[in-house]
Amino acid sequence: MSRRSVRTSIAITGGRVAGWLSRATGRGQGATISGRVINAMAPNALAQLAAGQRVALVSATNGKTTTTRLLAAAVARTGEPVVSNATGANLTSGIAPILAKARAPGLAVLEVDERVLPRVVDPLGAELLVLGNLSRDQLDRYGEVHAVGDVWRHTAETHPDLRVVANASDPHVVWAAAPAKTTWVDLGRGWRNDAATCPNCAALLTWSTDRFDCPSCGFGQPATPNRLDGGTLALDGTRVPLRLALPGRWNLANAALAVTAATTHFGVDPHEAADAATTITTVAGRYMTVALTDGRRARVLLAKNPAGWSEVLHHLSDRNCSVVIAVNARVADGKDPSWLWDVPYELLRGRPVAAAGERAYDVAVRLRYAEVDHIVEPDPLAAATKLPGDDVNIVASYTQFSAIYRRFG
Amino acid sequence: MSAASESAVRVGLVYPELLGTYGDRGNAVVLVQRLRWRGHAAELVEVTAGAAIPDSLDVYLFGGGEDDPQVMASAGMRSSRAAIDRGRAGGAAVLAVCAGFQLIGHSYEAADGTMIDGLGLVDAVTRAGPNRLIGELVVEPDPPLPVLTGFENHGGRTTLGPSERPLGRVLARNGRGGDTEGLVGERLIGTYMHGPVLPRNPALADHILSWVVGGLSPLDSTPEEHLRATQLHAGSARSVRKWWQERVLARG
Repeated sequence: MSRRSVRTSIAITGGRVAGWLSRATGRGQGATISGRVINAMAPNALAQLAAGQRVALVSATNGKTTTTRLLAAAVARTGEPVVSNATGANLTSGIAPILAKARAPGLAVLEVDERVLPRVVDPLGAELLVLGNLSRDQLDRYGEVHAVGDVWRHTAETHPDLRVVANASDPHVVWAAAPAKTTWVDLGRGWRNDAATCPNCAALLTWSTDRFDCPSCGFGQPATPNRLDGGTLALDGTRVPLRLALPGRWNLANAALAVTAATTHFGVDPHEAADAATTITTVAGRYMTVALTDGRRARVLLAKNPAGWSEVLHHLSDRNCSVVIAVNARVADGKDPSWLWDVPYELLRGRPVAAAGERAYDVAVRLRYAEVDHIVEPDPLAAATKLPGDDVNIVASYTQFSAIYRRFG
Repeated sequence: MSAASESAVRVGLVYPELLGTYGDRGNAVVLVQRLRWRGHAAELVEVTAGAAIPDSLDVYLFGGGEDDPQVMASAGMRSSRAAIDRGRAGGAAVLAVCAGFQLIGHSYEAADGTMIDGLGLVDAVTRAGPNRLIGELVVEPDPPLPVLTGFENHGGRTTLGPSERPLGRVLARNGRGGDTEGLVGERLIGTYMHGPVLPRNPALADHILSWVVGGLSPLDSTPEEHLRATQLHAGSARSVRKWWQERVLARG
């Protein structure tokens, strides 16, 4: 491992103290504040900490924490030491303390916020980007989806040697990754309500059952021998069954992306990589169950935007279950909960439902117009105890989810 | 009173793929449901991008959109101008929000600085502003409408011609007041308020519906009033403590 400057070493110690204080006072898990202290005391810390590590960065609107977890598990099969940000702290402040923990040269699999990604590729000396999907999320903070795709593309254009593993079925991701040395994987048709127009020429995209095309400029879905086919990943002729403990179609897509990256870039056997994925049962609190005061348990899911909610709803609509919808509108959630109206909550008609969170009334009004009978109870756990059955799901926005995770995780 | 009792009220959601970034579908859903719950027949008509906008709509909803989609939408709307005029002459109402509001004016300044023609339904021009206005908005319109709340997120600044009337006076915008918001014309509302604006302001929804079907029977709006009361409070009074919690502590 390369030598760290005295300044960086002192900064790391300062960061540890700040992180310990954060945990001890119950403010948080300490990763973010620890990193802020490190970055403030030693601005070059990221570059020094990353020296000696082979760095892979994972980004997406949805699924980046899970994909990172799955990829880290898969590349661990190489036998190399692996560091990874397991808590979902994905700003530059979250990354520094993770790298500080690396004791030897090895692999670093890091989740990165979509907006932060272009700023950390150089300091971290990243050799691989794993890019999942882009859709509207926190429009008040991130701005428009096209703008994020454009800055990603600029990164690809200015780093011709960068390797990328990317989702071939998301127009924004394809636009971003096309200039790089990209291995594509077709993850199937997901949310496409934020990709009406061509990222290249702004004409209307046409969508068929299995691909998108621009009739005006020729931009379209790239051909690839890698695709997710139900629960099986077809990887350049090899069929790799994905048997996940994690629920939902969206996690199959996360796993397909991770297995493709582990196999094509790090040389892991695809069946080994898939086997590593099966061992993951919860990811930073996602899909964990928590005990209710009446002895029952509730499952906790994170859904923070229309694309994520759309996947979760399709998963829940197959089940005879109760659902708590817990929504905040703080900075980390996006301060405008207008997106609730882009989610087809009508699918929950006939199920016991509760509106919860600091924006419980926004949820309640949305449910009223969807004609979904519901109760209003701001505390999500109290709401869960008021719903019947043994399959109670708390679907929470980011800060609601974090609060539950801090309490039970 | 139109012929609503014989045929369904047609609430038109124009180009939802292009002008639907901020939950704009919600405005259409609220209009349709508030009619149905009162016993009126109503249907939500989606005008998909690329299709001609028909003259047979009773409400034309133009929503918010991103830069490129807004340019696409402007071309489609201009080519359907005659049909929209016929619809309006027949009594149809217009609700135009954010990008849609900019598009019903004479012109707006696109992201690259070029001026794009709008529909010219109202005497208004939009120029790019120095920064984006993002946050809760509280607006006091003329009676009989009550104080309205919404969430704005836009870079453009819209200037009304001398004959046009704003929707209301801004009581709070990111904690500040001053200024005016939106536009109210004949059976027409233009505004920057998302939320979407109609679920958060049922009185405004009923105001628009009354233009189309005449008098409306009362409808319980308790959940909406709870929401409105909460957001009136949130938009008007932001304490330093809350700012500190949200910016610094909640990020952990």
